[in-house]
Amino acid sequence: MIGASILLESLKRVGVDVIFGYPGGQVLPIFDQLYDSDIKFILIRHEQGAAHAADGYARATGKVGVCLSTSGPGATNLVTGIATAYMDSIPMVAITGQVGTHLIGNDAFQEADVTGITRPITKHNYLVKDVKDLAQIIAEAFYIASSGRPGPVLIDIPVDVQRADTEFIWPEKVEIRSYQPTYSGHPGQVKKAVKLISGSKKPVIYAGGGIITSGAEIELKKLAEKIQAPVTTTFMGLGGFPGTHKLFLGMLGMHGTAYANHAVMGSDLIIAIGARFDDRVTGRLDTFAPGAKVIHIDIDPSSISKNIRVDVPVVGDAKNIIDELIGQITELPDTGEWLKTVENWKKKHPLTYKDSTTMLKPQYILQQLWDLTKGDAIICTEVGQSQMWACQWYQYQAPRTFISSGGLGTMGFGFPAAIGAKLGCPGKEVFNIAGDGSIQMNIQELATCVANKINVKVLIFNNGFLGMVRQWQELFYKKRYSFTPITSPDYVLLAESYGAVGIRVTKKYEVRPALEKAIQTNNTVFIDFRIEPEENVYPMVPAGKAINEMIEGLA
Amino acid sequence: MRHTISVLVENKFGVLSRVAGLFSARGYNIASLAVSETLDPSVSYMTIVVDAKDEKILEQITKQLNKLIDVITVMDFTKKEHIDRELVLAKINYTSKDKPKLEAIFSKFVGKIVQHKADTAIVEAVGDEQQIKVLLEELNKFGIKELVRTGKLAIE
Ligand SMILES: Cc1ncc(C[n+]2csc(CCOP(=O)(O)OP(=O)(O)O)c2C)c(N)n1
Repeated sequence: MIGASILLESLKRVGVDVIFGYPGGQVLPIFDQLYDSDIKFILIRHEQGAAHAADGYARATGKVGVCLSTSGPGATNLVTGIATAYMDSIPMVAITGQVGTHLIGNDAFQEADVTGITRPITKHNYLVKDVKDLAQIIAEAFYIASSGRPGPVLIDIPVDVQRADTEFIWPEKVEIRSYQPTYSGHPGQVKKAVKLISGSKKPVIYAGGGIITSGAEIELKKLAEKIQAPVTTTFMGLGGFPGTHKLFLGMLGMHGTAYANHAVMGSDLIIAIGARFDDRVTGRLDTFAPGAKVIHIDIDPSSISKNIRVDVPVVGDAKNIIDELIGQITELPDTGEWLKTVENWKKKHPLTYKDSTTMLKPQYILQQLWDLTKGDAIICTEVGQSQMWACQWYQYQAPRTFISSGGLGTMGFGFPAAIGAKLGCPGKEVFNIAGDGSIQMNIQELATCVANKINVKVLIFNNGFLGMVRQWQELFYKKRYSFTPITSPDYVLLAESYGAVGIRVTKKYEVRPALEKAIQTNNTVFIDFRIEPEENVYPMVPAGKAINEMIEGLA
Repeated sequence: MRHTISVLVENKFGVLSRVAGLFSARGYNIASLAVSETLDPSVSYMTIVVDAKDEKILEQITKQLNKLIDVITVMDFTKKEHIDRELVLAKINYTSKDKPKLEAIFSKFVGKIVQHKADTAIVEAVGDEQQIKVLLEELNKFGIKELVRTGKLAIE
């Protein structure tokens, strides 16, 4: 069997049903095999889109997403997408063509040292030098991408290896002596955690993306209800706890709710699960939660004690460890007073915005979207203000319903990610919440949507600005709007020219009918919402401040 | 503080740059690095010496090293009893009349002349960090024209 067939056969063995990619000279043998393969191939319009689509597919399904590109420029176009997946621990396998082995290192046409370039942004990568290693490498790559703390793995396959012939031997089991992730928590550490929880009066659960990766949402809910602790999630953790639950505080951090931040700052115990105390969450480190002890549960030992001092580290899988905790906690903490305090914060500092009869408010649009879908949809986002509003104003009910670039904050992610999500979950309504800046970064994927009948609904929050940057300029640079006003094409005409449907909304009363129409339309829809140009995202913790020193905007 | 770290890795291409990359990405300079195959040719042994201003960063580096797929084990020797050695080759100014002086030095250190040509000699010496430091001060009295060192090797 030739290398290219081994590749596709192996992909089938690991359960791949769709590949996002783009052809080129150094992947011709693979594309020749794809021509009559039963694996679905989606021809994207830019390789960055392929990587984000594979990522979106992975986030929506929990399965490994796969993208494919040619060498050189094709591979370098994947880089942003790989880095995005790496920062958010998303299981993905990127396959790149490479110049022939005899040419590597010669500055050959379309050669780039892709394993070198992607070394710091992949969990692992491979250059396949011998076709005999190919099947083993593919098996390892999928295992590594999806186990432990997941992440992207890249396989660079020289074109002569794709053509070379060998016997296909599929390794039924993968074992890597130097890679053995820890799944179950150390019993001694779990005991210590139980003791801290039982002794606490003001506990708060701080849950991150690890809940979603590990599939621990049911356990998390049980734990919170058992110990009656309020729950805040990180950006990556949204959907890991029901957004309408009475113990839920929403997201914490820079644009988190005031009450989540107050609760964390005032707590005596932080139970961190699958979260990493990122700087957007902690604000100024030396002021963070001064009275709190910290239990930190994470599968990645390098996440623990990286940013803040931890009292009880527990390395392992969130689901396993929460289960252990639930089983072992017999003495329940009395959190009655604490919950009252938290409830007071909720009442005193609610999420609000000033609605308007003349201007279209982004928060209102999201409230309408919530009202129409009630969490039964996948919400993808781009980056910026619109992304933050999407965190604040939609109550995610289930894991894998909020898909957004957290760690890297990649503009241009949302639209191709929505394509991936829709392919992974064809039965779900998929929206992309986009700023007018971000949508222009990968707008070419409209063609992919229409050509493949991938009906995603793009809600453009068109404010004529790179809004999030403008907000910082307004607040910290004396309103000097340096290169943040941005023009757009006519999105309605643009959508139509691609064969999609475009709708423009300028008035409040048009919002709901437009959303309803989008949902009913069996096509890709772009809605151009002309929103209030200078609306800001509040609350906001300015850089370098403690997270309870928020600017709350208007009361 | 100076740390000596040993890393057992898969003997594959690219591994060295993965390991080195973790240090360079954090602005850490590797003071010395020695790599070689072990008895098992599929495994390599690296001894890395690094100056860490911030112990927390070093802890991170050690954890990150452990995270690399090709890394089998990582050990920080700093707080552990261990033996370390380094080999140096030095080309010094030397004529036959310097012989007694050099012999006096080598009565205290492990080393010898390995080549003598006209007015220079190449000497080799082995020792731990402190011994090598003192030895080099002694050799400097002759005038060191060239110096190469292997970097530290360490074993528990
Ligand atoms: C690829 C990329 N380039 C630049 C940035 C910096 N950045 C962050 S938010 C933002 C503005 C986004 O504007 P827009 O998409 O219009 O969304 P809005 O904030 O107006 O909702 C920019 C430029 C980024 N995050 N990603």
